[in-house]
Amino acid sequence: MYKGGEGYWSWIFHRITGVGVALFLFIHVADTFIIGWGPGVYNAVTSLYRNPVFKIAEVILVAAVLYHALNGIRVILVDFWGEGVLKQRSIFWAEVVVFVILFVPTAILMLSRL
Amino acid sequence: MKVKLRIKRFNPQKDRKPYWQEFEVEAEKTDRVLDALHQIRWYQDGTLGFRRSCAHGICGSDAMLINGKNRLACKALFADLGDYVTVEPLRGLPVLKDLIVDMEPFFAAYRAVKPYLINNDQPPLKERLQSPEERARFDDTTKCILCAACTTSCPSFWVNRDYLGPAAIVNAHRFIFDSRDQAAEERLDILASRDGVWRCRTIFNCTDACPRGIQVTKAIEEVKRAIMYAKV
Ligand code: SF4
Ligand code: FES
Repeated sequence: MYKGGEGYWSWIFHRITGVGVALFLFIHVADTFIIGWGPGVYNAVTSLYRNPVFKIAEVILVAAVLYHALNGIRVILVDFWGEGVLKQRSIFWAEVVVFVILFVPTAILMLSRL
Repeated sequence: MKVKLRIKRFNPQKDRKPYWQEFEVEAEKTDRVLDALHQIRWYQDGTLGFRRSCAHGICGSDAMLINGKNRLACKALFADLGDYVTVEPLRGLPVLKDLIVDMEPFFAAYRAVKPYLINNDQPPLKERLQSPEERARFDDTTKCILCAACTTSCPSFWVNRDYLGPAAIVNAHRFIFDSRDQAAEERLDILASRDGVWRCRTIFNCTDACPRGIQVTKAIEEVKRAIMYAKV
């Protein structure tokens, strides 16, 4: 494993969360499609999502979307704001702080309704 | 102090695949990995292959993967590395022997961006004048020693060897933003191709690896914007 810095790790997470969110989109399109077989089938399939395993998966999904969005802003700053490329390390750590502030209460809220 | 070096070795004429070998040498904290490699080749195993010329960080011969990062062996101190150090050849280029890689693909990418002054005007009698501000515009990218530490640290390059890579872009930048040069557009066309700057995902491994402290990603981003806004 190459020992990269903040830029390297931020990119790896960006890839993983990007692929993860895209995968979810496919599942989501598929489950919405099931409505074509009538409400009975649809409700039976989507009731699966009330299973605790899916609830936890939902929290992970929120984390993935949130990280991908925040890091996307970092990439935009690097690309379009001249200074961004020199401050990418600080922007990454600011991003981590914002992530924790937004994610922790959200996760607590979601899991308390398990 | 005693230091252990774990070196990835490969002789394509003998070995079917690379293998690790450990050596122990006596070294000072102020010694460099290059000194230890010399110790090994001169007194322990004369078959160890590595490349170096200046031994002072200016020729760019001895970039290698040291403790997981690309560095020059002649600038990597044991004081910063500890007493157990792994050494591998650069990634993404064919290994010729042990720590020596074939630099030809790297130099081919360098040549592809026309890294020389192009100016079709009648040459002036004296020098081509330039203001200090105009010179400062590309100062950073004049410092490159073509060691390949940046290009071979780039995940984009690892998966796509046709990517021209950070070093070629740095050296294109050096002329694109030079007021005396007239071929900026030609170079921007080359770098706007599918194997040019858009393969850069701003991972910053190149910037972190550059032994000359060049802001490599900054140079790449400046070239990207010059292409996007069609303005140098
Ligand atoms: S930009 Fe830096 S790391 Fe890349 S080849 Fe030049 S000196 Fe080496
Ligand atoms: S030997 Fe010349 S740069 Fe290291």
